[in-house]
Amino acid sequence: MNAIRRALIGAMLVAACGAAVQAAAQEKFIVVASTTSTEQSGLFGYLLPIFTRKTGIQVRVVALGTGQALDVGRRGDADVEFVHDKVAEEKFVAEGYGVARREVMYNDFILIGPKGDPAKVAGGKDIVEAFKKVQAVQAPFVSRGDKSGTHAAELRLWKMAGIDPVVGRGKWYRETGSGMGPSLNTSSSMNGYILADRGTWLNFKNRGELTIVVEGDQRLFNQYGVMLVNPAKHPHVKKDLGQTFIDWIVSDEGQKAIAGYKIGGEQLFFPNAKR
Amino acid sequence: MGTIPLALRQAVDLVSGFDPQLVEIVTLSLEVSFSAVVIATLAGLPLGATIAVARFPGRQGVIVLLNALLGLPAVVIGLLVYLLLSRAGPLGELGILFTPPAMIIAQAILVAPIIAAFSRQAIEDAWREYEEQLNSLGANPFQAALTLLWDCRFSLLTTVLAGFGRAVAEVGTVMIVGGNIDGVTRVMTTAIALETSKGDLPLALGLGIVLMSMVLVLNATAHVVTEAAKRRYG
Amino acid sequence: MRAPASLLPLRLENVTFAAGGRRIIDGISLEIGAGERTVILGPNGAGKSVLMRICHGLLAPTSGRVVWNIRQPASGRRRQAMVFQRPILLRRSALANVTYGLKLAGVERGERQARAHRALERLGLLHLAGRSARVLSGGEQQRLALARAWALEPEVLFLDEPTANLDPTATREIESAIAGIGAAGTKIIMVTHDLGAAKRLADEIVFIHNGRVLERAGAEQFFAGPSSREAAAFIQGELL
Repeated sequence: MNAIRRALIGAMLVAACGAAVQAAAQEKFIVVASTTSTEQSGLFGYLLPIFTRKTGIQVRVVALGTGQALDVGRRGDADVEFVHDKVAEEKFVAEGYGVARREVMYNDFILIGPKGDPAKVAGGKDIVEAFKKVQAVQAPFVSRGDKSGTHAAELRLWKMAGIDPVVGRGKWYRETGSGMGPSLNTSSSMNGYILADRGTWLNFKNRGELTIVVEGDQRLFNQYGVMLVNPAKHPHVKKDLGQTFIDWIVSDEGQKAIAGYKIGGEQLFFPNAKR
Repeated sequence: MGTIPLALRQAVDLVSGFDPQLVEIVTLSLEVSFSAVVIATLAGLPLGATIAVARFPGRQGVIVLLNALLGLPAVVIGLLVYLLLSRAGPLGELGILFTPPAMIIAQAILVAPIIAAFSRQAIEDAWREYEEQLNSLGANPFQAALTLLWDCRFSLLTTVLAGFGRAVAEVGTVMIVGGNIDGVTRVMTTAIALETSKGDLPLALGLGIVLMSMVLVLNATAHVVTEAAKRRYG
Repeated sequence: MRAPASLLPLRLENVTFAAGGRRIIDGISLEIGAGERTVILGPNGAGKSVLMRICHGLLAPTSGRVVWNIRQPASGRRRQAMVFQRPILLRRSALANVTYGLKLAGVERGERQARAHRALERLGLLHLAGRSARVLSGGEQQRLALARAWALEPEVLFLDEPTANLDPTATREIESAIAGIGAAGTKIIMVTHDLGAAKRLADEIVFIHNGRVLERAGAEQFFAGPSSREAAAFIQGELL
């Protein structure tokens, strides 16, 4: 009885370890640190199988906020970074953590708001004016507050409007400290305004009274960049496989694939890799 | 209130359709949590039994610490294991961050205090009853601990099931050390978190219903088996 | 067979035991030899159970010594065995409970089975060998405890109020088994507050009250005419 139990337990442990080792050894893969909004847009589900079919390389995407995604790269836990905060990315390279940065594509942010539109911004083309109007009537505004690319973009717009939203913290300015989806959920439940990326919005199902109120302003464009985590700092980084991914995504084929991704017939991402 | 009936519908559709992604996620959840519980039990039962039976200086402090570890938040454990397994950390060479083995380790750390603390209590209660008789028969503390572990097997099984329930239901550790990678480290709870954050609440809740049903079936089976055994053994 | 030198006589030298500020055993010196069935008799709270546990080694005396005739290694306790007032049995079969004790005593597997079967048979429990010990009746459980102790082939068998919780039928069975074990050569040392049990089983009486030995005599002589006032009162059924 004791012997049988011991044998069973031993067998299970060996099987578990064996499976893990096998899995690790067999596949060619890279770890790409990206953002939750990119993953939730569904782009990866569409794009990566194309890449894997062509190269046999499995792409494992760890989706986090931009701040955390870059931190993962600093620690060497990812091979490639694929985020959308140019300032933070260039700092990453300047600090020596990343190399070979290439611009890949852009999508845009949109201002979401309640159909009731207390700030009267619907249909406008000027995002900074819209922000000023929201603050003027102290309409509820939900911010991600999580150091993400979206959050950074939002803060830049407040700065352009000459407003410090933190003054309104807790009153009309609500920081959730969470991803795009949860923040949209919060906005939906309090009929607040929120800056969101188009991809997450198109996939978002819990809209309530929310709708797009402002879009198309050049300042709302959201640039994506891809970088290899610096192999000089982290020798174990899969630089060849990682570079293959980077090369593919800026190639004609990769750029065409990006443009091919649509939700409800609408293109989400606009490839703009330079030669 | 429309969300909940929708969720129930989703749950039924998912299960009856044998959605392959669902099967993959469920299988991984069970594998990770089951492996974690096995490790935690192998470590926790002897530890709990030893603390229950042995007498040593600082014993009360150890018991308090063990019980306090029950309150350790999963997300804190996840963070600590992440820092350990990160390439920038001491065990980075293993390269197992963002893979299932990392999730198993983290969950084992989460569950081990549960197993140890509760088995310590059960064995200590039994020891009070058995101590004189086992001493009279000449058992040393190690033999006594083993004897009590087997004799208390029914209440210990409940403890192990509680550990499994905790493991399969938690999201804090597996999210951080696993990374919720599609097809690699996505389990039931992280999938639910993802669908929630995407705003697809019926699907999230549907997955939740599937998860809870699985755990319910497991516990019901264990209950039937142990009740039958208890009737036989008293 | 047994080692040539016997465990007995057992000598207690000025043993005291204090707990919670109270002196439970208040200076007992006693020598118990082989042969007769010794019953330690006294009212509740006299310290009988504590005294027995000190003899068996489960408790250490606060002062004084417990000396056996030969030095025992730590595992020598198996040459003595004890049956408690409430039988503590493991969650396994009756047979397994007996072989458990034998395994701890270092008996080999084949002989364990043989001795266990013999013990169960001796106590009339063979038909219950495969039954789980915890579902047996009170009397059957106590008989099993006795079988477990007897299977160890101890030189000395301590019994702490073995029939206190049993009905008359079960009591008879246990007492008859004890008598038989004693007749086969095991030294019986039993603690009880039950006059009837003492009268039926004792060859000699050690009467204890308030942690002291007040009287010691052969059973017949004791019950015919006790020399101490307290013993006389106790036999009359008075509360001491």
